[in-house]
Amino acid sequence: MAEQDKVILHGMWASPYAKRVELALNFKGIPYEYVEEDLRNKSELLLKYNPVHKKVPVLVHNGKAIAESMVILEYIDETWKDGPKLLPSDSYRRAQARFWSSFIQDQLMEASFLVVKTDGEAQQKAVEQVYEKLNVVEDGMKSYLAERNASTESNFGIVEIVFCALFGPYKAHEEVLGMKFIVPEKFPLLFSWLMAIVEVEAVKKATPPHEKTVGILQLFRQSALKSSAAA
Amino acid sequence: MAEVKLHGFWYSPFTLRVVWTLKLKGIPYQNIEEDRYNKSPQLLQLNPVHKKTPVLVHNEKPLCESMLIVEYIDEIWPHNSVLPADPYERALARFWVKYAEDEMFSAFVAFFRSNNDEEREKNVEKVWEVLTVVENQCFGDEKKIFGGDIINIVDIAFGSLFKFLEVAQDIVEAKVLEDEKFPHLHSWYNNFKDVPVVKENLPDHEKMVAFIRVIREKLLASS
Repeated sequence: MAEQDKVILHGMWASPYAKRVELALNFKGIPYEYVEEDLRNKSELLLKYNPVHKKVPVLVHNGKAIAESMVILEYIDETWKDGPKLLPSDSYRRAQARFWSSFIQDQLMEASFLVVKTDGEAQQKAVEQVYEKLNVVEDGMKSYLAERNASTESNFGIVEIVFCALFGPYKAHEEVLGMKFIVPEKFPLLFSWLMAIVEVEAVKKATPPHEKTVGILQLFRQSALKSSAAA
Repeated sequence: MAEVKLHGFWYSPFTLRVVWTLKLKGIPYQNIEEDRYNKSPQLLQLNPVHKKTPVLVHNEKPLCESMLIVEYIDEIWPHNSVLPADPYERALARFWVKYAEDEMFSAFVAFFRSNNDEEREKNVEKVWEVLTVVENQCFGDEKKIFGGDIINIVDIAFGSLFKFLEVAQDIVEAKVLEDEKFPHLHSWYNNFKDVPVVKENLPDHEKMVAFIRVIREKLLASS
């Protein structure tokens, strides 16, 4: 499997979706070539590889393109069978891992973006929405993490990856927004879990410089606030 | 003997996905019909996060989210597999399942909820956009159904939503599944409905229309 494998990841350094794939590849120790896409000027290749959505991330493995980050994660786990697994081997645990990854994806991504894009009362409302969903995850993780069998299941899998890609940049969130998503007093389990996740080598390797993340978050926030003020 | 229970709605495309998968594999199960306006305490306990059907209970452990359930069933009972064996083919199949869950579902539901001519026109366009993507991207070889010989996860995900769309057409009184516009889709869907496990496990169309019409009325009245 090793020598002939050509793996290319088309991504964007600040995209949490692309980040998931980076984290997975790093964690599995899979060598890959990275292509940084300019989302305002997407490459011909990206448009060819993902004609349906025209989005990052796209993984190209020996010329075959796969889109959709969660689909890519499962593909990676099924194709590179050596080393740590991204999904539990037990079928019920797998279903739970998929459930919680989906939940974070569906209920928390847009909700947290909204906090970045708004201010005042609208932002307060958005924050409450996020906290409501985080309560559910805090509860869910109590059993999900407790029931993990450390000898058969890795402590860094798809749920960690999805959570980390979104909430990993917590220092930048705090600096730009003046608030935390994962408030330690409200979400003690999620907080300690996140603190452990960001120490994982694969995560450290994929963490951009703080100033760069702050910069893009500021940009994203300012342009969103400007366009909603103009509207 | 493993105990399998399914909490669902006879008229729900999501429940149907699980029914087809269980029947395809000959898995005996206890069917528990839920009332969407009066969900059982068991259901709320089994799916506290979403409080929705379908919920599969296997050896007293609950599973939710229809396509997650389908993949779980396929792992535990691998015969008559609904997933391609090759990881790349599998990734393509999962890609289209996600497309069904995101783009297809939202377009079909918006169409279903259309409450006036303007909305309906706009939502028909949205549905056509989605159907055009599928028509153009999903049909290359001469397979009758996506799974070849046996329905696979793409057939299951698409087929259930298409049944819902068929019902919605009658309720909203607008035709979207035009054969001339979408020839491949049209023949795939007919093939799909002809597959024995689907044919034998599809609720009566008129019954579905009548029942779902009432749900829609209540939905629109409360919004």
